[in-house]
Amino acid sequence: MNNIPIEYYLILSALMFAVGITGVLIRRNAIVVFMSIELMLNSANLSLVTFSSYLGNSIGQIFVFFVMTVAAAEAAVGLAIIIAIFRNKLNVNIDEINIFKW
Amino acid sequence: MTLYDIIFYLFALITIGSAMLVVTTKNIVHAAFALLLTFFGVAGIYVLLAADFLAIVQIMVYVGGILVLIIFGVMLTNKITSVEIKTGTLNVLTASIVIGVFMGLVVSIMVWTGWYSMPAPIPATTAYGLGETLISDYALIFELLAMLLLIALVGAASIARREKESL
Repeated sequence: MNNIPIEYYLILSALMFAVGITGVLIRRNAIVVFMSIELMLNSANLSLVTFSSYLGNSIGQIFVFFVMTVAAAEAAVGLAIIIAIFRNKLNVNIDEINIFKW
Repeated sequence: MTLYDIIFYLFALITIGSAMLVVTTKNIVHAAFALLLTFFGVAGIYVLLAADFLAIVQIMVYVGGILVLIIFGVMLTNKITSVEIKTGTLNVLTASIVIGVFMGLVVSIMVWTGWYSMPAPIPATTAYGLGETLISDYALIFELLAMLLLIALVGAASIARREKESL
């Protein structure tokens, strides 16, 4: 039934990861950078599920579960930081938040 | 070309197309809704890969939790009155060179590696096996993740809280 080669899923995952990196590199808004990080986590999950399914081993799906938990924690803390920065600087453009630059 | 192939290409197209939209669109709210489509596409591919439990978790955690959180972030960090909801881009040339090299490397590795793959039988459901493994072999990690979520929750509330004037 499933006669799609494993490479197709892996290339889909790599494409998603590349789109995520592009977002992190070129966007100015911190929230969009955040969404791109979620894209990259999703693509890693996708390749884990692919290997888990093609090897007939469910440990990969356990790891996807762990990655999702860490992603949820990261989203909560990251958005809290962004909101705290917005309260102080009144914008969230990452090229204007340079108070650590000497 | 079977129905399975058509569904795979459909979901792959939805996923990649809306992921590109997330990165390229100027409007942040549109980016958030495109991210919704991406998460649904990935959930569909999980179903194709016979990971039914993870597909449900994907929709519940990402769409129901993280995406709502992100939309809250969008709404809280934009001056709605001044319609400053659009954003620009920077370093496009450098970024595209880096991404091109990276993609070439990764895709060539993935195509030329002889992956060991056997046609795994599709189980009726994965929830039973996953649950059993999670509370037997991975019980310690499971508990640690619970602690991590609690700490992240307290930390997020503490960071985003407005400082008292008297302190």
